[in-house]
Amino acid sequence: MADVTITVNGKKLVAPAGALLIDVCRKAGIEIPAFCYYPGLSLQAACRMCVVRQEKVPKLQTACTTQVAEGQVFITDSPEITQARKATIELLLGNHPLDCPVCDAGGECELQDMTFKYGAGESRMVDVKRHRDEQQWSPAVYYDRPRCILCYRCIRMCGEGMDVWALGVHNRGASAVIAPNGGDRLDCEQCGMCIDVCPVGALTSGSYRYKTRPWEMTHVATVCTHCSDGCKVTLGVRQSSDGAEIIRADNRDKSGINGDFLCAKGRFGFDFVESAERLSKPLVRNAAGKLEPATWEHALRTAAAKLKEVRDARGGSSIGVIGSNSTTNEENYLLQKFARSVLQTNNIDHERTADFAAFAHALAGHPGRAASLRDIASASAILLIGGDPTNEHPLLAWELRTAVRINRARLYLANTAQIKLERQAKAVLRLPSGSYASLPAYLGGQTTSIADTAFRDALLAEESLVVLFGPEYRGEQLNALVQWGLARPAVRFACIGAHANSRGAADMGVLPHRLPGHVPVSQPGAFAAEYPGMPAAPGQSLPEILESAARGDLAALLVVGANPAANHANPTELRNTFLIVQDIFLTETAALADVVLPATSLYEKSGTVTSTYGDVQLVKKASDRPGTKPDFEILVRLAGAMGVDVKTLVPFGNSAVTADLGQSRGAQAGEADRHAVWLAARGLEPKLSPFDPLAALDEIERLVPAYKLDRLNLFGGNDAPTEPGFVPVSSLTGPDVIQPAHDGLFTSGSLGRYSESLKDLLRHQSPAVAETAAD
Amino acid sequence: MSSETMTIFSPQLAARFDALVAKYPVRRSALVPMLLYAQDEVGYLSDAVIAEVAVRIGITELDVRNVATYYSMLRFKPAGRFNVQVCTNISCMLRGGYDLFDRFQDELGIGHKGVTQDGLFSLEEVECIGACCWAPAIQVNYDFHDDLTPDHVPAILDQYRAKAQSEGKAAHA
Repeated sequence: MADVTITVNGKKLVAPAGALLIDVCRKAGIEIPAFCYYPGLSLQAACRMCVVRQEKVPKLQTACTTQVAEGQVFITDSPEITQARKATIELLLGNHPLDCPVCDAGGECELQDMTFKYGAGESRMVDVKRHRDEQQWSPAVYYDRPRCILCYRCIRMCGEGMDVWALGVHNRGASAVIAPNGGDRLDCEQCGMCIDVCPVGALTSGSYRYKTRPWEMTHVATVCTHCSDGCKVTLGVRQSSDGAEIIRADNRDKSGINGDFLCAKGRFGFDFVESAERLSKPLVRNAAGKLEPATWEHALRTAAAKLKEVRDARGGSSIGVIGSNSTTNEENYLLQKFARSVLQTNNIDHERTADFAAFAHALAGHPGRAASLRDIASASAILLIGGDPTNEHPLLAWELRTAVRINRARLYLANTAQIKLERQAKAVLRLPSGSYASLPAYLGGQTTSIADTAFRDALLAEESLVVLFGPEYRGEQLNALVQWGLARPAVRFACIGAHANSRGAADMGVLPHRLPGHVPVSQPGAFAAEYPGMPAAPGQSLPEILESAARGDLAALLVVGANPAANHANPTELRNTFLIVQDIFLTETAALADVVLPATSLYEKSGTVTSTYGDVQLVKKASDRPGTKPDFEILVRLAGAMGVDVKTLVPFGNSAVTADLGQSRGAQAGEADRHAVWLAARGLEPKLSPFDPLAALDEIERLVPAYKLDRLNLFGGNDAPTEPGFVPVSSLTGPDVIQPAHDGLFTSGSLGRYSESLKDLLRHQSPAVAETAAD
Repeated sequence: MSSETMTIFSPQLAARFDALVAKYPVRRSALVPMLLYAQDEVGYLSDAVIAEVAVRIGITELDVRNVATYYSMLRFKPAGRFNVQVCTNISCMLRGGYDLFDRFQDELGIGHKGVTQDGLFSLEEVECIGACCWAPAIQVNYDFHDDLTPDHVPAILDQYRAKAQSEGKAAHA
């Protein structure tokens, strides 16, 4: 829309016509308080805090509903306005319990801040306050009516944002209450968004309430460990007797691709790190065949000696390595480098949940065709094939709903099942079961068993399109789908798998036939010199490794953060293999191991992860668990114990780097942080430790063209997209070993089993979630 | 929903609802009239009423309750057979509405929103019923009684007791 010029407090502001005054002012740094206004949600104009004086208008106007037009003149700060806001606060405080000293929100409460600013501490109300007892609606959500200021943010967030519509308001005036859909319980997705947007302490979280005061926590921005959407999560951490414990997870600062969105797993499912079942000491199987606690030195020596013995006696081909889909890129990179150059084997794989290798191959040589999550969020038309993002990829579902609701994007669905996102879809193509393979031909205009041509016509009329698909497409079928899109202009793709870093595991070459950056093992190029000792032939895939173990041909197996004994193998198959497991819990696989090395979770380490959309984000260490070590350090120590010069594995302490050790830091607030970001972005920070994952990131960036990252963005805490178009074109082979995870809203592979919060929520949900339509 | 499917309402009311939901540009516009008619027939908005109205309109039960709880003339518990509504808004108040209300409380032995033990009467203090010219006024179910003094109260109650007796006999016969 055309720009208009308005005057606010005597200052000329230029803004698009029709923009909301509150947004225009906030962008210009003019503070306008508001309780009910929340960006991205519908307008309520209920709280009257944002009132401003508009020239030639008799009454004060609400800035949240005033659309700017040419020549308007506003005053946002005057004794009159201050008085109006103060009166509003006085009324709000009329029945507010003022129990700030024990309220969860105390210290980060918008009502408290506004009272502090405008001062309405003395009330002229003499009536007795109306008390109501607090209610527990679910394991996650508690409601304290007297604290509620009826801003309706929770109701709108639940309805418009989440499309769940589980909250309403009952009664009227002073009797009004927020009411859950189940009468006295909440039947919903338990995302906790209502708690998050509550400006006061009326909605509180089961996992956080009465645990701490906000100012006692430090906040660490990292990436959620549960699904592959890559939500940025801010962990509230407090020192505890044995390190640091995570008390809260949210993303109130709206940093990152997810803004303030988090699902139940991200918001409440961090408690697995505190599980009593966490491994805290290395375990080594003794002569009696029992796992017993050991020192790190002994455990590493035992594992290293065996690996070395097997490699030297029987060759690398008798060793297998199974990597993780939730460790960092640096750890994945180091693991495959360790496997290939130290163990001298290509028998390395991970539990694959989508065919990222085929995806990278299909897009190879076509830059600009992969869709990052930001591309999806800003797309004008999206085709979602298969899957159920509402349950399995909550952030994607959120972005799709938001794109439709706010950007008027057009969502097309092709699915064999009915999914909830159909409520946002412009058109739905219901596919017969098992017919995903015929979709590329159908889209290409051929006659197939799919009769609905109107869907195709509407789709092909779109000028640009983002196509999303999951493990339904593998190998040649995936290639066929991508080729259809590549033949058209402006079609982008995203391949959707499970787990926090499946994409990174594939991109980093935790695959038997692919090196980092999807370079074929058979044509290693520069990697031949980088990884001396690497065998030339592709290795065994995960099922092949396990078969080989069952045959008795596999002498040693190193498993990092994976649980093949539960997910793939019959446990007895691993009987004759020397098994080394790095994990955070004594999983089914770890219980069979000869050496168990206790690892840290993603919340206790640093590095980067790649979301399923190819967005790389920085992982920061938030909490601490005594006795554990990051997988990165374990691998370096294991290599060291095998007699390897670790400098050949991790490029640390390079003399060529002229480190700035902070001499130039200024005293200005925040400058130290910005300084650190600047140094990291330019590769100038000293990597003096072999355990510094960023040293491995340097090597990844040097060797993997798709990971030429915008480092300033990355280290500034944002997502940096990768570009699979820079993957070398190579042959498309490999056995079909994809096993989709299908984790829902409250399950998260083995992690979910150790999260009491998620188990509570699952029990609460056992009467099926009622997905009822509103309007 | 067609009137042939399971309904808790009479066939006449079900048919009326079928017409009502199709009458407005948006189905939920029929919500308030439906709740009023349902309350007239069932006596109050039971859980079953709310569930069926929600299905008929295609909104959640929560949405129905959001609207229903807003209005004081919609109730969620059975009222007496004769619901005495005493207006105490400005005109009636100035002309003795509260005296009237007090007298009803004394005669019936119940307070605001109360129901007599025999279930015959319930009492409510209500907002303006649009009879200001003849204040003070009351409404019993849909009957108006106006220009009252407290001394009229026993006679009004007797009138309904007699009505209940004759109707009751007919109903039980």
